[in-house]
Amino acid sequence: MKYLAEFRDAPAARALAAEIRNSASRPWPIMEVCGGQTHSIIRNGIDQLLGDAVELIHGPGCPVCVTPLEMIDKALAIAARPEVIFCSFGDMLRVPGSESDLFRVKSEGGDIRVVYSPLDALDLARKNPARQVVFFGIGFETTAPANAMAVHLAARHGITNFSMLVSHVLVPPALEAILDSPRCRVKAFLAAGHVCCVMGFWQYPPIAARWRVPIVVTGFEPLDLLEGIRRAVRQLEAGEARVENAYERAVTFDGNRPAQALLDDVFDVTDRTWRGIGSIPRSGWRLSARYQAWDAEARFDVGGIATKEPANCRAGEVLQGTLKPYQCPAFGTQCTPRTPLGATMVSAEGACAAYYHAGRGVEPAVHG
Amino acid sequence: MCLGVPGRVIEISGEAGGVRMGKVDFGGIRKEVCLAYLPDIEVGDYAIVHVGFAISRLDEASALATLETFKALGVLDEELGGAPADPPSCPVPAWTEAPPP
Ligand code: SF4
Repeated sequence: MKYLAEFRDAPAARALAAEIRNSASRPWPIMEVCGGQTHSIIRNGIDQLLGDAVELIHGPGCPVCVTPLEMIDKALAIAARPEVIFCSFGDMLRVPGSESDLFRVKSEGGDIRVVYSPLDALDLARKNPARQVVFFGIGFETTAPANAMAVHLAARHGITNFSMLVSHVLVPPALEAILDSPRCRVKAFLAAGHVCCVMGFWQYPPIAARWRVPIVVTGFEPLDLLEGIRRAVRQLEAGEARVENAYERAVTFDGNRPAQALLDDVFDVTDRTWRGIGSIPRSGWRLSARYQAWDAEARFDVGGIATKEPANCRAGEVLQGTLKPYQCPAFGTQCTPRTPLGATMVSAEGACAAYYHAGRGVEPAVHG
Repeated sequence: MCLGVPGRVIEISGEAGGVRMGKVDFGGIRKEVCLAYLPDIEVGDYAIVHVGFAISRLDEASALATLETFKALGVLDEELGGAPADPPSCPVPAWTEAPPP
């Protein structure tokens, strides 16, 4: 396990951290939106390095964590059908549904395959014309271009035994919902670098202006994160609220326009429920009318599911930044990555799993 | 799954199936990747790849640094569709006996 001290750029990181500590007049609450960033922050002890100059609030940017329970249950119902080959990214398999998870459905005979890319699922559909191949299309704007292409190619090549269970979520409406919440303490955002690779950051200036909140596009390296935090703190201290790009080597203002064009074609914006958080208006994508024939929800009758969240899990509070994972009584005892009670303990991007993997069961120590 | 991993394009296999595909090397692990969203990327260029799709260009130095970080974080295999990081490799922390107040 590597901590920041072992990185070759540790001196530069320490210098950045010192600058942040010296310039912060109070512990600024800053939210890193992306679960990959949460993982990097906790694993590298960046929060510890910064002492009380900032309070990093972990955002809802773990796609596995926020995929609604109802969708997980629909996935389980579809995956259990004998004619179906159900394909998913690997980290969805342990996510607890109301009664079961995909691993258990697989052990009970469901044909569930872990794929690297949705195109692998499309390939399976080509090779198994007698079976129904369903792909679980979840994630933020990062995975959406891949899923959009798979559906687009299925339509273009007339692959009718392929369909997608779509549960995409979008970052900007989530930021707006967080800012609108009466309990919101967030004073600045580190925007998710790889979401911005796809979408650019043209969506953010109106948000920064309306809520007077600095938004800094930030990468995943320890130095990237520190630089993002440094810029956010500098704006906060100066009373500014602008959008800045601290991940210039990968992100442009426009983002990936060819990807955005296909996303526009394949998906329509829809209201979406976020697990642990609730419904956020216009915060998701579903297949557009042109691609309805490839919608697994329409193809398989999976309505009327009654959902039941696992008792004892406080992932909702963790996802909203009001509870640190180690403050949950089940953390590390009843609930571990092997036996997750909640989705936030499943993927490396989930806050509970990030703390568990880093062996972080206690309040961060403040040291300089 | 949504981190995205930088890699180097080592082969472009044309427009098979109507979409530009290629091979990308991620520090030794090679994968078939869709290049449709970076229509002018060439062999030797670096790109950030999400679930089999090249999404954004990156210069070589940043790509290599990011790969190192992801290896150190233990998320590379998971991102490349391998087995998720094995939970038992984490020490069972002593504090699980007495949860903090
Ligand atoms: S530690 Fe487990 S039970 Fe507690 S909030 Fe996290 S996922 Fe839920």
